[in-house]
Amino acid sequence: MKNKKFTKFFVVVLAFMMAFMMAGCGGGSGESADSGDAEAAGAVLKIGSSGPLTGGASIYGVAVKQGAEIAVAEINEADPDFQIEFKMEDDEADGEKAVNAYNKLKDWGVQVVMGTVTTGSCIAVSAQTYEDRIFELTPSASSADVTAGKDNVFQVCFTDPNQGVKAADYITENFAGQKIGVIYNNSDPYSTGIFNAFKAEAESKGFDIVAAETFPDDTNADFSAQLTSCKSAGAEVVLLPIYYTPASVIMKQAKDMNYAPVFFGVDGMDGILDMEGFDTSLAENVMLMTPFNPWSTDENVSSFVQKYEDAYGEVPNQFAADGYDAIYAIYEACKAAGVSADQANEEICDALIGQFTGGFSYDGLTGSGMTWNDKGEVNKTPVVCVIQDGIYVDK
Amino acid sequence: MKTFGKRKLSPYAKDSAISYGLVTAAFVIVSILNSMGLVSSSLQGQLVPICCYIVMAVSLNLVVGISGELSLGHAGFMSVGAFTGIVISGILETSGLPDVGRLIAAILCGAIMAGVFGFLIGIPVLKLRGDYLAIVTLAFGEIIKNFMNIIYAGKDSTGFHLRTNPDLGLEPTGRMLLNGPMGATQVQRIASFTAGFILVLVTLFIVQNLMNSKQGRAIMACRDNRIAAESIGLNVTKYKLMAFTVSAALAGMGGALFGLNYSTLLPIKFNFNTSVLILVFVVLGGLGNIWGSIIAATILTILPEALRQFADYRMLAYAIVLILVMIATYNPFLRSRVMMLRDKIIPKKDKPDEGRKPRTRRKKSGKEVG
Repeated sequence: MKNKKFTKFFVVVLAFMMAFMMAGCGGGSGESADSGDAEAAGAVLKIGSSGPLTGGASIYGVAVKQGAEIAVAEINEADPDFQIEFKMEDDEADGEKAVNAYNKLKDWGVQVVMGTVTTGSCIAVSAQTYEDRIFELTPSASSADVTAGKDNVFQVCFTDPNQGVKAADYITENFAGQKIGVIYNNSDPYSTGIFNAFKAEAESKGFDIVAAETFPDDTNADFSAQLTSCKSAGAEVVLLPIYYTPASVIMKQAKDMNYAPVFFGVDGMDGILDMEGFDTSLAENVMLMTPFNPWSTDENVSSFVQKYEDAYGEVPNQFAADGYDAIYAIYEACKAAGVSADQANEEICDALIGQFTGGFSYDGLTGSGMTWNDKGEVNKTPVVCVIQDGIYVDK
Repeated sequence: MKTFGKRKLSPYAKDSAISYGLVTAAFVIVSILNSMGLVSSSLQGQLVPICCYIVMAVSLNLVVGISGELSLGHAGFMSVGAFTGIVISGILETSGLPDVGRLIAAILCGAIMAGVFGFLIGIPVLKLRGDYLAIVTLAFGEIIKNFMNIIYAGKDSTGFHLRTNPDLGLEPTGRMLLNGPMGATQVQRIASFTAGFILVLVTLFIVQNLMNSKQGRAIMACRDNRIAAESIGLNVTKYKLMAFTVSAALAGMGGALFGLNYSTLLPIKFNFNTSVLILVFVVLGGLGNIWGSIIAATILTILPEALRQFADYRMLAYAIVLILVMIATYNPFLRSRVMMLRDKIIPKKDKPDEGRKPRTRRKKSGKEVG
């Protein structure tokens, strides 16, 4: 009897596992990971990348991939002398898989790495690119550990601590004397990184965080306890340094309990308006710090948004813009440094490091006049937007 | 292979010889190919993880196959071992100890720590049976994961600090070793394929000798018939606890090697999915079959990478391959064909005592009882 039960349990467990794997597939876009096949006769610069194309974080990886593909297509069309071949592998936002993906790219002959998309996997890969002397520019991996101690790694996005500090500064200026509450994910490096920096900066600026509530990754369906705590502490501004999926639940539940503080999001909040089944009126007057506003009147932005909508049928988020910027930044730095596609990755790496730390400036969708310091961090101005009538309005 | 001098090899010794031979041959072949530059970067990068997963699979086999208890929290012990190993290696970084010494120290400490966790968790868990035990091990796996999420550790000139909040009060020159949910970063990668190979051999040595010892036979007796085992005076909980603790300690060794192979490691890596992945290695390789676990762990680690050309469909392809393999290996028709083929190639002189093989016995007893 016992053995039969045992076998049955196995079957159930294995069935679950299959279901998980299938679910992992569901997130994919259904197209091939290869793209931008530059069929030019001459040498082609091979830019490789990896990011989550399947699984829970796939919207970030897919957005970066699509944004980068648009940039590659534009460059290949506009500059016949400098062709780029772009290949993106799936890493499921996992360090181990990302290293595997990177090794696969090395077998393919990658010369410059544009990646990776998520922080954890980027730290793992950047240790390898540092040893192999391959230049790396990450569009969206935001932890300070990504670039620490590695001269060849640069970021297009803000670092997490940087965002926490900027958020605290903005709140000090604009919400002086108000009570601040925070709800953050304490099992997520991104969320914890921002919160720790925000807290440190808040202490030095002398404003009080009246409630700092946490939730773990596994339970993000009910936030009534956290919201009640913020409400009873009288928080007038609630900082949400989290991704938009839990944030959407928080907004819904806050409304249900008639609690209407100012919700202040960071760049992870970007994407909330495109979320399926989300009532955008809930996000009305939500403030967020994002480097990219797709409804901006800027000419380059509207041209990119138009192309992206034509190709993929959706409004690009900041990850797409980050991917686009990363490809263009590499391209322009290569042009400025006189790099040609047939050079070895070590030479390209040295030339590009020289460019990026030597006053190279790039005007992109996610900020104009971006410059990089020798730590690899980007310097650009954050934009604070407020959501009104379902679009971002610059504040 | 059937005879050793004049003496006939017991089925156990034969199985052991296959395992050692398999691992050594694979190591020698890969090392030769590697020195000739014939191994792709992709495979090269997977050599150490493969060794780690073999250790994990063999150690889980000790619990699931030999001791007969379904454990769904094996990744938890890997996590304990990995983070202990990283911390030890980090502390010893400035001690001037060579990499090899640090790696050995890290692996040993990982094993001890995971063994302690295994022992403590085993006491309440092994009082349960069957499905209940499986569910509680699952819960403990999750508890370890969440526990790792709140651990902060760092070192500076005043020594080592360990807290459950990020305010360690480190000196500016100090270094964070564990950073809560951000895990360990800036880890020095000191793991190597040779170290992995040796670790696999050590694991095989421990598990196979345990299986073949008095204690091992007692563990299997408890698995096959608890009441009969108790009636002859065996302390069932003690033997189950022994298997569970040894398995946890070995998982800690595998985890320490795994952790020191990457420059970063997040606690979330060791979630339920990782536990199930290791369980799949064991099930696919055959319960109680050590060399089966080795082959399954190797193939299932390489497979998802080999399927990369299928792009987005690769996990679908992986799942389908897995289903097909599971059906094929446990299909009675195919099995009997393979047996016939084997008998043709290696004619049987006399019938080996199949009943002494743990895997076969499990099946048999299942048929008899069910």
